Amino acid sequence: MMDGSYAVELVGIGKTFPGVIANHDITLRVRTGTIHAIVGENGAGKSTLMNTLYGMHQPDEGTIAVFGTEVHFKSPTDAIAAGVGMVHQHFMLADNLTVVENIILGAEPAEHGVLRLGEAKKRLAELARSIGAHVNLDALVATLGVGQRQRVEILKVLYRGAKVLILDEPTAVLVPQEVDELFVTLRQLVADGSTTIIFISHKLDEVLKISDEITVIRDGTTVTTVAPKDVDRRKLAELMVGSELPDPSGRNTIVGTKEVLRVTDLEVRAGLADKPTVDGASFIVHDAEVFGIAGIEGNGQFELCEAILGLCPISRGQIELNGTDMTHLSVHHRRQLGISYIPFDRHREGLLLEAPLWENTMLGREETIGLSNGPFVSAAGARRDCAKVIERFGVRTPGTDVPAFALSGGNQQKLVVGREISSKTDVMLAAHPTRGVDVGAQAAIWDELRAERDSGVGILLISADLDELIGLSDRIAVIFDGKITAILDPATATPELLGSYMTGEVQGAS
Amino acid sequence: MKNRQKWQGIAITLGGSLLALVFAFALCGVFLELIGHNPFSVYKQMLNYDISRDSFLDATRRAVPLMLSATAVAIGFKMGLFNIGVEGQTRLAVLLTAAIGAQVNLPAVLHVIFCMVLAMVVGATWAGVAGLLKVKRGVNEVISTIMLNYIAIGLASWMFDTYFVIGADTLNVKTKELPRTAWFPELVKNKLTGFIVIALIVIVLFWVVVWKSKFGFHLRASGANPGAARVAGVNPGRMIMTAMLLSGAIAGLVGMPGLLGTDHAYRRGLAEGYGFDGIAVALLGRNHPIGIVLSALLFGFLDHSSGILQVNSIPRSIVDIIKGVTVLAVVIVNEALKRWHNRRIQQASAAMISAIEVEAALA
Repeated sequence: MMDGSYAVELVGIGKTFPGVIANHDITLRVRTGTIHAIVGENGAGKSTLMNTLYGMHQPDEGTIAVFGTEVHFKSPTDAIAAGVGMVHQHFMLADNLTVVENIILGAEPAEHGVLRLGEAKKRLAELARSIGAHVNLDALVATLGVGQRQRVEILKVLYRGAKVLILDEPTAVLVPQEVDELFVTLRQLVADGSTTIIFISHKLDEVLKISDEITVIRDGTTVTTVAPKDVDRRKLAELMVGSELPDPSGRNTIVGTKEVLRVTDLEVRAGLADKPTVDGASFIVHDAEVFGIAGIEGNGQFELCEAILGLCPISRGQIELNGTDMTHLSVHHRRQLGISYIPFDRHREGLLLEAPLWENTMLGREETIGLSNGPFVSAAGARRDCAKVIERFGVRTPGTDVPAFALSGGNQQKLVVGREISSKTDVMLAAHPTRGVDVGAQAAIWDELRAERDSGVGILLISADLDELIGLSDRIAVIFDGKITAILDPATATPELLGSYMTGEVQGAS
Repeated sequence: MKNRQKWQGIAITLGGSLLALVFAFALCGVFLELIGHNPFSVYKQMLNYDISRDSFLDATRRAVPLMLSATAVAIGFKMGLFNIGVEGQTRLAVLLTAAIGAQVNLPAVLHVIFCMVLAMVVGATWAGVAGLLKVKRGVNEVISTIMLNYIAIGLASWMFDTYFVIGADTLNVKTKELPRTAWFPELVKNKLTGFIVIALIVIVLFWVVVWKSKFGFHLRASGANPGAARVAGVNPGRMIMTAMLLSGAIAGLVGMPGLLGTDHAYRRGLAEGYGFDGIAVALLGRNHPIGIVLSALLFGFLDHSSGILQVNSIPRSIVDIIKGVTVLAVVIVNEALKRWHNRRIQQASAAMISAIEVEAALA
């Protein structure tokens, strides 16, 4: 008989996909009313395990019990009915609907086919209060920040009656202050002992801070379950990867003196908005320099990159590359002049997921010698070039002809980084270059960025990972509300200090 | 691995289409049974009627405009644009070409070329309106092309009645006949127009441009992921305009086999319906040149065999039902197969990657 004091109990779970073992011999016991973290490298099998628990697929062997009752989920619907809910890493919200509409979507309270929004709102307001979340239920989701969207996702799952909440990498997109707020919410959720949280992450400090118990997964199986008080970061990292974590910091070369990118008094207005999204930003990036930009998502860093690349119109200001004014040039022309771009979201802006890798490494570089032949694409040349990128950047793939969706997230990112570095430009805009990749890929990408910097490239680095930002940057600018409010020295900056600038608590140079 | 996967992909595509076809015939069989006809005997009649040299020629003749209209639609599809307006673009092009072509005197080959270029310009212009609306004002091209269809059809009808018609008092209402210099030669006397050569050239060009050129790569990239294409330096507005203009230009040619090849004048009903059937053919052929040719031939055969149905007092609409069900079934089956196939690729790749890793670990 299963033990009723466990909200979730998985014993001997195995799941094989043809040719690969995704999970084997998994044992996971989550006590009711606790926060239980699951840590592991990307590709260690966390997602497979959680998909099993959420009914996305059925395990080949082993048993799952929820609140002491053995269950066999055929689909997520069964899991939700049993009280298991999941908040995905990529939010699944409709931008053009309001918060309340998003939450009730699929579970609309209706009488004779007429929506009863009022009732839903009342219940939601209560729910939101109970977890200490302040969300305007009538706001359009499009207007919400990342942290708030996540709150909406959590409310959505709770609204459906979830007693067990699975959070997949919930802090990946948040800044420290937002993470703290999330943790307050999570603590409130488990306070009365009715809700149980399974927290998936590979950020060890956070895991140590929030969880009651931690289960480590490596190579598809559970290695051990520990209490946070019994381990430290280093110990946990060793359990997770079998080696030390990579370090982004350190350089032996010096920053150049040439101004490769100069942005002067840049202003961007989105549509008819009366408030500019980028408000009079001015800065210079030198050769062989990493110029970091810290900011809470939605404070203008996206628009800043778009404007520098020529993807959005600017209302004022000037952008110069190597002294050439390119304020009015097309994206294509700017790229030819020497800018490369690791986009914010590799799926939305980086890759053609259904296209083969060699087309992906060619994208944006068609003019490169060897990749094209007059007006025609040189498939053979592009394949050779792709093979080079794969080799040099350690992309793990069976070949150049597999579609991009067949690669893991970390390898997709390596491919994008590899492509942009292969463009051999003077300036690189790198937005979240290591977001959502595993420790190994992160170390590889950091190495490549450092090598680029040392070879003289000026890098504009945007990242939500403050350790990465502090470690890699030579100077860090903070962007708040579209304005650059401070330029800090990474030698003296701490994540906490950056955080207080990023939320607008402190302004002005230090 | 590379080749095997490629062939598997092709086999799956073909198999899926065949499966969908079988399903469509089965469903229509049920329908025939319900309205009191023996489906087997009906299909047998259609098949018997189809197997002869003349039938093949007739089916091919019917397929030629479909190949063109499907190609016009497919160019749009390839970059995620739905040009539903081929019908209207075709209509205006064929009427204006008939009217203007009959007024000029040119030597033989030049006259044909003049007519074709004129038709392409008219078609491209009409499609360009939708492109412009999308680029400048963000109007969804599905809506604008559907609306432009109504306008084009009304406009053509009015222009025909008011300005171009001759013989209004006879049963044979049409525009002034084109001079002989504008006639397109026939490949088989009274059976098959030589325009099939043009159609095939267009399809080959379509393949070369879309699959082999940088422009085509940008077009496909814009369709596959507009965000990524934009970041890579592809100008989305220019891409939309170019794709719409190309699509419209080919749409302009759809009426030419009929006008230059057989009728030599515009009459009501000439080249009607190809624009809509073209959407179905493009879907069935999965926007691929070879698929389009095969699907157009299939539609040609179905159209051809509707003749025998009428003779035996079986509703000929059954052919339209088969077409409709086939397209629907193809879309559904293909989507399902694609997901299945993609999952397999993903798993196979994961397996190969882990095999590589194990090897590396052992080395």
